[in-house]
Amino acid sequence: MSLLNFFISKKKKNTANIARKRLQIIVAESRKNNIEPGYLPQLKHEIIQVIQKYVKINSNMITVQLDKKDKDICILELNIILPE
Amino acid sequence: MTDPRIIVITSGKGGVGKTTSSASIAVGLAIEGKKTVVLDFDIGLRNLDLVMGCERRVVYDFINVINKEVKLNQALIKDKRIENLFILPASQTLDKESLTISGVQYVLQELQDMGFEFIICDSPAGIENGAISAIYFADEAIITTNPEISSVRDSDRMLGILSSKTQRAKNKNQLPIQENLLITRYNPNRVDKGEMLSIDDITDILRIPIIGVIPEDIEILKASNTGNPIILNNNSQSGQAYSDTVNRILGNTCPLRFIKKQEKSFFSRLFGG
Repeated sequence: MSLLNFFISKKKKNTANIARKRLQIIVAESRKNNIEPGYLPQLKHEIIQVIQKYVKINSNMITVQLDKKDKDICILELNIILPE
Repeated sequence: MTDPRIIVITSGKGGVGKTTSSASIAVGLAIEGKKTVVLDFDIGLRNLDLVMGCERRVVYDFINVINKEVKLNQALIKDKRIENLFILPASQTLDKESLTISGVQYVLQELQDMGFEFIICDSPAGIENGAISAIYFADEAIITTNPEISSVRDSDRMLGILSSKTQRAKNKNQLPIQENLLITRYNPNRVDKGEMLSIDDITDILRIPIIGVIPEDIEILKASNTGNPIILNNNSQSGQAYSDTVNRILGNTCPLRFIKKQEKSFFSRLFGG
């Protein structure tokens, strides 16, 4: 039976699987852009200003990202590299 | 008077069965005794009247009503087969800008005053003015998709539009629009062979609940040809699947049917049936 399956599975190309993988990538990609709310650039700008009051940093040293984990949970990820 | 349920049938991609689905769902709701109207928002191209089999009775249309050239009840076509069912045909005017949000609001208000329980909006494909005006006031959206890569992607895009461009999206005091998925042209045999995206594949990507799965069915074309919505054909699988869908819209639970591969009998195999 497994020998038979081997031949069958060789014969049929699972194109649906390829389609699913391609879709998962493009949809994840587009959602990344979609969820960024309009206030994010302003928020980032202000966070930098506040930190700059205390530490000397530039905008390359800070990353602000919003990740949507669930339908109603968003995670704000803030990464700051502080100089020595 | 209770508020009507305004349901938009939409999709990103064209040709996935929005009009066929709108017609059958509206017919199904009316059969269940609900006072229902189905509106064709596809200005410029008008097809709902053809699928519903009332194309020869169109005198006035949606744009005539918006422009207040006629009263709404002059433009509404009463279905000859089913009590409680009305159709508002699209206009064939080339000026798509006539379909304004305020005009649509006026028509919906009039329909509410007439005591309709269900207002089904047949949206045009795409994400432009016509589609936006169709989704704008909707309480619920039925996103129609084929198990096809381009159709699924465009549905995802449509979900993005629904979450930003509708009245409910703009008014934070209201609940967000309720989104449901309707998969059409589903072929379980091809899914079994790994040639077609499965229900699970599609829901994994789109992450919205399923309201119905309509199997691919040669009877649908015949139904459109004759102007008898497929739901009226009780013998067809797709007709039964639409009846189930209508049941779910009414809040009843019924299992999905026609989603498993059908084993061919020995004889049909023998004769290539």
